[in-house]
Amino acid sequence: MSEVNASEVTKNGLWHNNPALVQLLGLCPLLAVSSTVANALGLGLATMMVLIGSNSIVSIIRNHVNDAVRLPVFVIIIAAFVTCAELLMKAYTYDLFQILGIFVPLIVTNCAILGRAEAFASKNNLGLAALDGLMMGMGFLLVLVALGAIRELFGQGTLFVDMHLLFGPIATNWLIQPFGPNYSFLIIVLPPGAFLVTGLLIALKNIIDNTLKTRAAKPQDKPIKGAKRVRTTGHIS
Amino acid sequence: MAFKQISSPHGHNPQNTGWIMQLVLLSTIPGFLALSYQFGWGTFLNLIVAVVTSLTAETAILAFRNRPIAFYLKDYSAVVTAVLLALALPPLVPWWVVVVGSLFSIVVAKQLYGGLGYNPFNPAMVGYVVLLISFPIEMTTWITPLSLLPDGVNHPGLWESISIVFAGNTPVDGVTGATPLDLFKHSNGLVVDQIYQNEALFSQASFAGVGWEWVNVGFLIGGLVLLKTRIFTWHGPLAMLGTLALMSILFWDGGSSDSPGSPIMHLFSGASMMGAFFILTDPVSSAVSNRGRLIYGALIGLLVYVIRAWGNYPDAMAFAVLLANFAAPFIDNYTLPRTYGHTDRRKATEKQEEE
Repeated sequence: MSEVNASEVTKNGLWHNNPALVQLLGLCPLLAVSSTVANALGLGLATMMVLIGSNSIVSIIRNHVNDAVRLPVFVIIIAAFVTCAELLMKAYTYDLFQILGIFVPLIVTNCAILGRAEAFASKNNLGLAALDGLMMGMGFLLVLVALGAIRELFGQGTLFVDMHLLFGPIATNWLIQPFGPNYSFLIIVLPPGAFLVTGLLIALKNIIDNTLKTRAAKPQDKPIKGAKRVRTTGHIS
Repeated sequence: MAFKQISSPHGHNPQNTGWIMQLVLLSTIPGFLALSYQFGWGTFLNLIVAVVTSLTAETAILAFRNRPIAFYLKDYSAVVTAVLLALALPPLVPWWVVVVGSLFSIVVAKQLYGGLGYNPFNPAMVGYVVLLISFPIEMTTWITPLSLLPDGVNHPGLWESISIVFAGNTPVDGVTGATPLDLFKHSNGLVVDQIYQNEALFSQASFAGVGWEWVNVGFLIGGLVLLKTRIFTWHGPLAMLGTLALMSILFWDGGSSDSPGSPIMHLFSGASMMGAFFILTDPVSSAVSNRGRLIYGALIGLLVYVIRAWGNYPDAMAFAVLLANFAAPFIDNYTLPRTYGHTDRRKATEKQEEE
C-alpha cells in the first residue's frame, strides 16, 4: 500500500474502484435520494465533505490508536463529521435538509466512508488520505448526480427542479422541462427505477471498460511487419 | 457399405418452439374475439402496436447482441409476449402506453436476462406491472361492455378508435366504466344481493358479470384446446383455478357486505382464465415438475385471491405471477422428481456435494 501515488488514487476513486459502481457501497442513500439532481447533489456534497474530513483525521491519528479499538474510534470520528454536516445543512439549506430527512444522519452508516477509513486512511499519510477522500467522494457524487439527473429527466420530465434550495434564489429559473409539463413515468421515480438505472449505469461502465481493454489489446495481436511466417502454430510475437 | 446409425430416442416429435408458439397464438383467438365483441376495436389496435414494437425491439437487441436474427424471430416468442400483453391491456389505451410496455417486456424482462429460456419472470407480466405502476389512470380506464352502453351510444368505430389511440382524442362519455372486480371493491357497505340488483353489470349478466364472463369463457376455450394438444399439463391451471375457487368459497360468508364475492364471479372475472391458461403456463418462468406446478399454480391462485379481497388493486394476476416466478426456483428445488431407475429422488445439491 505504500507504493500508491496521487494519480492512482485519483483514478481509483473516480473510475476503477468507484464506490458506487464498482464497490457498490452506500447503496441505501444512493437509491433512496437520487430522485432529483438537487437531492443527489446535496447528499453527495455532504458525503464528500464527511469523507474528506474523516479520512484526514483517521490518517493523522493512525499511529496513535490501538488496533483493538480502531473501529469504534473511526465511527466516532465519522459521526462527529456527519453531525457537522447535518448542522451546516440545517443552517444554510434547511428546506433541502427537510427533503433529505433521515438520510443526512444516515451518512454515518454509509459503508464507503468506514471502508475508506479502514482500508486506506489508516495506512497512508495525511495528503494521500485527504486526496483519497476527495476522489472517492467525487466518484460517489458524480454517480449520484448522474443517477439523479436520469431519474429526474425520465421519471418526472424535469431537470434541475428545486435547485434554489441548494444555490439560493439565482437558481429558481434553472428548471428545464424538455417533454412538456404533463410528462410522468412513475416507475423511474419509485425505488424500482433507482435499481434499474443503477444497473444500467454499471452495465455502461463495464461496456466502456471492455471496449478500452480490447482497444488496448489489439495492437499487440498484429503481426510484426516484415516478419516471415515460417512453419508455426501459434502467434508470432 | 455403411450402416446408418441412429441413436435413441427413435420416436420423433414434430413439435418445436415456433410451432408451439403458433398454437398458443391461435388459441388466443376465442379470447380476442370475445374482447373485441365486448369492448370494440381497442384490443385489435393494442395488438398491432404491441406486435410491431416487440418485433422491432427484438430485432434491434438481437443485432446488438450479435445473435442470428431470423433464427430467434422464427420461434414466435416475441409475438406471443406482445399478444398476451396486448390482450391484458385495457382497450383504447394511448399508443405510447403499449409501446413502453412492449419495450419493457422484450428489452428488460427478456433480452437483458439472455433471451428466451433465460428470463426468470414472465415478460408480458413485467411489462404489464411496469405500466400499471407508472400510468395508473390510463391502465384502469376500461370500456363499458357492449350490452351496457347507454341508448344511442356505440363503441367507437375503427377510425374513431385510431384517432383515440394515436391522436389522444378522448372517447365519448359513457363509453368507459368500471369492471366487475372494481365494482365489488368499491361497494363497501352493500350486501352482495344489493350489488347484484343495483348494478347493471351484474343484474344483466348471464352468470358472472356482463362482458367479462364471455371474455373469460373465450380464454377458457382456448386454454382447453392447448390442454388437449398437450402444450402444457393440467397441473398449473387446475391448481390455480382450484385454489381461487376454494378461497372464494371459504371467505364467501353468505353474501354479507364484507364478502369479497362469489366463487363464480372470481373464476370468470378479470384475468382469471387468461392467467390460468396463458400466463402461468409459460414454460420458462414457471416451476418445472408436475408436483412443482401444482404448488406454483396454487400459490398464484392464493395470491390472486388475497390481493383481490384484501389488497389495494382490484385484480392481481400480474403481481401474483411475478411473485410466484420469484418462488419457482425454490419450488423446483424441493419437488425434483425421482429419476427412472433410482429409488430416492435426486437432491438438488447433489452436484455441489460431488465436487
